[in-house]
Amino acid sequence: MAAETRLRRVEPIMGTVFSFDVRGAGPRATAALEDATAWLHHMDEVFSTYRPDSQISRLAAGTLALSACSPDVWEVLRLCEAAERRSDGWFSARYAGAFDPTGLVKGWAVERAAAMLSSAGADAVCVNGGGDVQVHGGRWRIGVTDPLRKGGLVTVVQAEGELAVATSGPAERGCHIVDPHTGRPPAAPLASLTVICRTLTDADAYATAGYAMGDRARPWLESLPGTRSFAITADGAAWTTGEQR
Amino acid sequence: MNAPSSRPLRRVLLSTLTTVGGVLLLLGLKPHVTTGAAGAVTQSAAPFPTPSASGTSPTGGSSSASGTRTVEGDTVQTRYGPVQLKITLRAGKISAVSAVQLPDQNPRDQEIDNFAVPQLTQEALAAQSANIDTVSGATYTSQGYIQSLQSALDKAGG
Repeated sequence: MAAETRLRRVEPIMGTVFSFDVRGAGPRATAALEDATAWLHHMDEVFSTYRPDSQISRLAAGTLALSACSPDVWEVLRLCEAAERRSDGWFSARYAGAFDPTGLVKGWAVERAAAMLSSAGADAVCVNGGGDVQVHGGRWRIGVTDPLRKGGLVTVVQAEGELAVATSGPAERGCHIVDPHTGRPPAAPLASLTVICRTLTDADAYATAGYAMGDRARPWLESLPGTRSFAITADGAAWTTGEQR
Repeated sequence: MNAPSSRPLRRVLLSTLTTVGGVLLLLGLKPHVTTGAAGAVTQSAAPFPTPSASGTSPTGGSSSASGTRTVEGDTVQTRYGPVQLKITLRAGKISAVSAVQLPDQNPRDQEIDNFAVPQLTQEALAAQSANIDTVSGATYTSQGYIQSLQSALDKAGG
């Protein structure tokens, strides 16, 4: 056995739990894991809509100029605009008036954290932020939970290289994703929608937008390049889009 | 960032995933396939070893003068129905994996097969571990995490 280190870390961030799994980590990657978790906590402070003193709260309240915000806020704003454009407005960071990028921040943050670890020389990196997964290098088996049967899986994604898997579904308590055009839950809601593509910023935003679309998401998802999706409908049927191997 | 009020888009949900029974059934596919294939590769002159677990039929195979051989894996019961894979060996190496038997009881099963079986087929070729490393699902809260499958995986990983 080579002198490889495998690092695992579980960290509560952004109201959920992040799980890190890093293989082939040297001293640099070990240090990078500390840096990545610290950075994630910092992003939680910057983007939290529940902290009145966060940059995002002050930006929304008009007490902080965008130019005074951190470049991370600029980047997320730009990514939100891109996601809104590519989803014909189905992804929106502006529903209910104020700028609220919550729907994008977690996926983006997970993607960035995984990239930090990978660029620090780790052979294989898996970061799971509350059920949204970004991997870099190595081979990973990512189970997708069955929305209708607790403890079950509906499929397993075998990932190699850089891949992201994001799943959107209904909350146990009330609705969490709404149609930005109506402010109501999706008209024909899916039980869950999983989107697989290269980066988690895109996968997460596409899963959110597609879930808001409900059954209408299928042709849109089919049109997205380099993207596969897997949906379970409310009555337990399944459909997929994207290239099948 | 996760309280239930001012969150237009991605309010949280959470799935409480308590048991891993269904998972294990799904994962049960692979060990049978690799056991049969690996045995065939390393013991080409001997009968194929019979896996000791719960497969329902013995492995079988055929060979040709060109050195190409096919091996049928055990039929494995999954939550979607029986699955059986056929492995083609060329010069002692796995060159193809195809499905002999797939569940087809209802449209949902077929749809799932279209997605899941190619993944499993590739896994057989890659001969990877049967375990999943992580889980994607609707976002859990910090509380929901405690009962999640991901939590169980994190604990198992040490």
